[in-house]
Amino acid sequence: MNTTMKEGFDLAMMKGLKKWRLFSLLAALTIFLSGCGEEYLSTLTPAGQVGRDQFNLLLLASAIMTFVVIVVVIIYVLALVKFRRKKVGENVIPKQVEGSHTLEVIWTVIPILLLIVLAVPTVIYTYKHADVAAMDHVDADGNKTAVTVNVTAKLYWWEFEYPDLGVVTAQELVVPTGEKVYFNLKAADVKHSFWIPAAGGKMDTNVENVNQFYLEFDKESAGLKDGVFYGKCAELCGPSHALMDFKVKTLNRDDFNAWVEAAKTTEAVADGELATQGEEIFNTSCIACHATSAAGTAGGVGPNLATFGDRNRVAGFMDHTEEDLKNWISDPQKYKPGNLMPQPKQLNNGEEFSEEQLDALAEYLMGLSIEK
Amino acid sequence: MSSIAQKKGFGATLWDYLTTVDHKKIAVMYLIAGGLFFVIGGIEAMLIRIQLAKPDNDFVSAGLFNEIITMHGTTMIFLAAMPILFGFMNAVMPLQIGARDVAFPFLNSLGFWLFLFGGLFLNLSWFMGGAPDAGWTSYASLSLASPGHGIDFYAIGLQIAGAGTYIGGINFLVTIINMRAPGMTYMRMPLFTWTTFVASALILFAFPPLTIGLFFLILDRMFGGNFFDHTMGGNTIIWEHLFWIFGHPEVYILILPAFGIFSEIFTIFSRKRLFGYSSMVFATVLIGFLGFMVWAHHMFTVGLGPTANAIFAVATMAIAVPTGMKIFNWLLTMWGGSIKVTTPMLYALGFIPSFVAGGVTGVMQGAAPLDYQLHDSYFIVAHFHYVIVGGVVLAILAAVHLYWPLMFNQMLSEKLGKWTFWFFFIGFHLTFFIQHFLGLMGMPRRVFTFRADQGWDLFNLISSVGAAFMAIGVIILVYNIIVTAVRNEPVGNDPWEDGRTLEWAIPQPVPFYNFRQTPLVRGLDPFWIEKQEGNKEGMTYAEPLSDIHMPNNSFIPFVMTVGLFIAGFGALYHGEKEWSIPVLVLGFAITFGSMAVRSLKDDHGFHIHKEDLMNEKGGK
Amino acid sequence: MDLNKKYTPQTWPDHPEQVTMEGKNKFLGFWLFLGGETVLFASLFATYLALKNKGPSGMEFSTQSLFELPLVFVMTMILLTSSLTSVYAMYHMKNHNFKGMQLWLGITVVLGLAFLALEIYEFNHYVHLGFNYSQSAFSSAFFTLVGTHGLHVVVGLVWITLLIVRNAKRGFSLYNAPKYYTASLYWHFIDVVWVFIFTVVYLMGVVG
Repeated sequence: MNTTMKEGFDLAMMKGLKKWRLFSLLAALTIFLSGCGEEYLSTLTPAGQVGRDQFNLLLLASAIMTFVVIVVVIIYVLALVKFRRKKVGENVIPKQVEGSHTLEVIWTVIPILLLIVLAVPTVIYTYKHADVAAMDHVDADGNKTAVTVNVTAKLYWWEFEYPDLGVVTAQELVVPTGEKVYFNLKAADVKHSFWIPAAGGKMDTNVENVNQFYLEFDKESAGLKDGVFYGKCAELCGPSHALMDFKVKTLNRDDFNAWVEAAKTTEAVADGELATQGEEIFNTSCIACHATSAAGTAGGVGPNLATFGDRNRVAGFMDHTEEDLKNWISDPQKYKPGNLMPQPKQLNNGEEFSEEQLDALAEYLMGLSIEK
Repeated sequence: MSSIAQKKGFGATLWDYLTTVDHKKIAVMYLIAGGLFFVIGGIEAMLIRIQLAKPDNDFVSAGLFNEIITMHGTTMIFLAAMPILFGFMNAVMPLQIGARDVAFPFLNSLGFWLFLFGGLFLNLSWFMGGAPDAGWTSYASLSLASPGHGIDFYAIGLQIAGAGTYIGGINFLVTIINMRAPGMTYMRMPLFTWTTFVASALILFAFPPLTIGLFFLILDRMFGGNFFDHTMGGNTIIWEHLFWIFGHPEVYILILPAFGIFSEIFTIFSRKRLFGYSSMVFATVLIGFLGFMVWAHHMFTVGLGPTANAIFAVATMAIAVPTGMKIFNWLLTMWGGSIKVTTPMLYALGFIPSFVAGGVTGVMQGAAPLDYQLHDSYFIVAHFHYVIVGGVVLAILAAVHLYWPLMFNQMLSEKLGKWTFWFFFIGFHLTFFIQHFLGLMGMPRRVFTFRADQGWDLFNLISSVGAAFMAIGVIILVYNIIVTAVRNEPVGNDPWEDGRTLEWAIPQPVPFYNFRQTPLVRGLDPFWIEKQEGNKEGMTYAEPLSDIHMPNNSFIPFVMTVGLFIAGFGALYHGEKEWSIPVLVLGFAITFGSMAVRSLKDDHGFHIHKEDLMNEKGGK
Repeated sequence: MDLNKKYTPQTWPDHPEQVTMEGKNKFLGFWLFLGGETVLFASLFATYLALKNKGPSGMEFSTQSLFELPLVFVMTMILLTSSLTSVYAMYHMKNHNFKGMQLWLGITVVLGLAFLALEIYEFNHYVHLGFNYSQSAFSSAFFTLVGTHGLHVVVGLVWITLLIVRNAKRGFSLYNAPKYYTASLYWHFIDVVWVFIFTVVYLMGVVG
């Protein structure tokens, strides 16, 4: 091996190593990365242990990879600066070097060591995040100790069933903070993927089997911009894949218990004349698919509407206003192409809903609440 | 047959290309057809970025957007990147090993036509009721549910094009094993030949699973099969496995030839032999081998269980080691050399940091628990564009400039070439770097729109602006090609002056029989060796001048392909139109009939006689 | 080299299929093709194993209720024998005995036809029981795997028959020797695949 080359190379390595400080880089990365994105949606502001583990893995991987990039760039820049033809001379024929065993060993062994540093936590977390054994633990009375949610993904909405609590809801997932929440995931029609970026990585909802995993939520969502975390469908599932959002409301354990109690006991009531008219329309046109009581089990044709008035969005993504609600009911295909909700004419004896009917329906639906 | 420089009419030229079995002409056809599909795929990309430039945009509708992304991915992978690389393999590899032609010239032609007609079939969907809309991965539950014929066009079109690729793979393998010039041992083969070899081996073993997967999809959608219908006991995960057992090696089928192209460029423009040649060869083979062991890292979130995920995670990380070896060997090739920054070299220099960035994000996604976050987000979109655009497309653009004089005896404008590079390169990083962060900020991929105020607005706009830069770069390239063709200045052989391998030793324009006498290879970089020794003749030859045996042109490959194309429509409309079965039978009858003709009619080719060869001046 | 040159048993080379460059390429290319075919069948086998006995709830069919080993055993024996007869044919090619080769290839074709007839009978029998292609994922996977093999048998038979007829009057040449050789390779491959089908589908279906 050419000695000048070796010296230059060593020099480059030394310079690179001197600049290298793992911790300062990590700290810089953390600050840089967490400046990105919204708290209710970003993977860079983890809101629970699972997300935090994955974020830490991201930091570790980024640090290692940044190191690699820096080393490459240093050698690259030095080579480019030192060995341009202009500098070397037009007619110089460089020495035809075959290679170097020492160097080959160095750049085989060092990457392997770096990868082992990454591989160990990877394997540990892979097992940790797949451990759902505690899902079936019961207390002395035979009740499940952990909250389990059966998630069913449908075109294009989400059904959340709490099998041990006898409650079912849709579009807005309500979970307690400070404990592991377990999920059974399944798709009813085509494959979807269940993702709450702030809480942790996603898991697919397959059509032929149930997937299981867990997430944790540290803090109550009330303080967030919309009072909820955002959830997304992460697998292409048809035209309205982009609109298949859901929201996650996190409550402390006491509030959660109260919410469950309310969900089980609250009856849908129409409050006022307009709402009563709305209820009548609902009972002829809508009730075949939409339930208005949260007590029950999964399997609804359309989303359960018992908590509609408490929600953050209409149809998962539109603003929660009477205006948007009426828009939605009067032309679902326009707003969410390919969804399975019938157009008004199919529901209302071949006619569009009149403005009065829409007002009444909106009044009724907005009044459906278990929190008020 | 002896005179090659005759002027021919348009009809005669067209007939010549329809029937040609010459690897150099087939290479040109691959390049033109692949380039055309590259432009189509690029237009689709621009539509995607226009739609996503601002939140709640309604430039294209939800359903149409899914068709566009599906066709963008499918077109770029199957109809642009691979065929263009096939073009360069055809143009360069036989010359690099000093062969007369490829092993099966007839099949070479057949492979090209299958690719072209498969691509046409796929793109006809735009005009016949809608393009496929389930993503280029076409996951089974969605692709079964998709209405219309879009997915049928996808499955049948890819089946036809895939058959062409498979044939091409076998052809290159046999060519490299059997037809190397005397002295061209395996460990003297140029890196581009080596990577062609390994990529072809990957094609051989990766395409059959895709064939089977597509076959199941066709059977399920058109012929009453139940492979993916879970209510009948089917299982959609089978599709995912088959697709990725193909799909992951496919990535290496694309990137390995790109590595080969860059290896050639680094050596030529550093005036230095490849540093660590044998470990480069070893790394290439190892990457090809490991490429088959890691497909499930595309499926970490499917629910395969922690053990499978952990194994595939570690295997995935292992691939980084040979890839890193390659990067360092390229750097050390430059080190101590004499670097001339031509347009191809500029691309090679741009490739190193871009590909390293794409590689390291790949390792990050190999860490399974981290991938739970990154999977199907914009992070993955950024990652694979970094490896495919930053690796494969940069290699293709570099090779266009590098091999243009070899293929057309003309030199593309260096000045315009550098403009292309800077627009494309800056645009590329502008478009895709920011997408890593979009993914980390929770943006899923394949969304046709997004609501405002989720923190994604600005980054998406930047990304779209970058795409416009890339488009400008490509337009400059097209302009460059037109200007160069019009100017039509012959440049002769070895236009880069530091050519090292056999393809630069051959006279220009390259005679249709390639080397008049088969050259003798006396070491790695044989042309460099001869030049250093001051050989005036160009090369040392392994044989005296003698008759050359050449294959006849044939129209049969074209007819066979047309038969399959017709049969495709028969299958597509099965159960819907009465004429479907007759058409299916007719198509297959044409294909197998012409195959029988080929088999029964003896075709011994012809000889170019020694006397005729002596009268020619070797094309100079 | 004149490809149509007439040879005598004394001048006939030991490996006539690999004397010319075309022959060498064909020989190697065909082996590689068979490598790809192996992966193709491996994919079909894997799918079959994943979907074996899977169907709509309450499906009455299973490998145990469906398959009858005696018939399949006869089919296996026929196909194995046909592989042997094609070996004889290649032996005669080596010894430049054209008539012998044609005869043994003819016997191979007859055996192949017998196999095919039994397979058609078998499929027909299943369909009559109600186990048709669309009945379940299991039926789709079964018919596709075994049917793809059947299709290969058909292709092999047509190929060998064409060779026999086409070259009947011309005798050996270095041009057609590689064609005969690859056709016989193909036939062996078909036979090997059947051995796996017999084991994985039928034996493991009935016993396992």
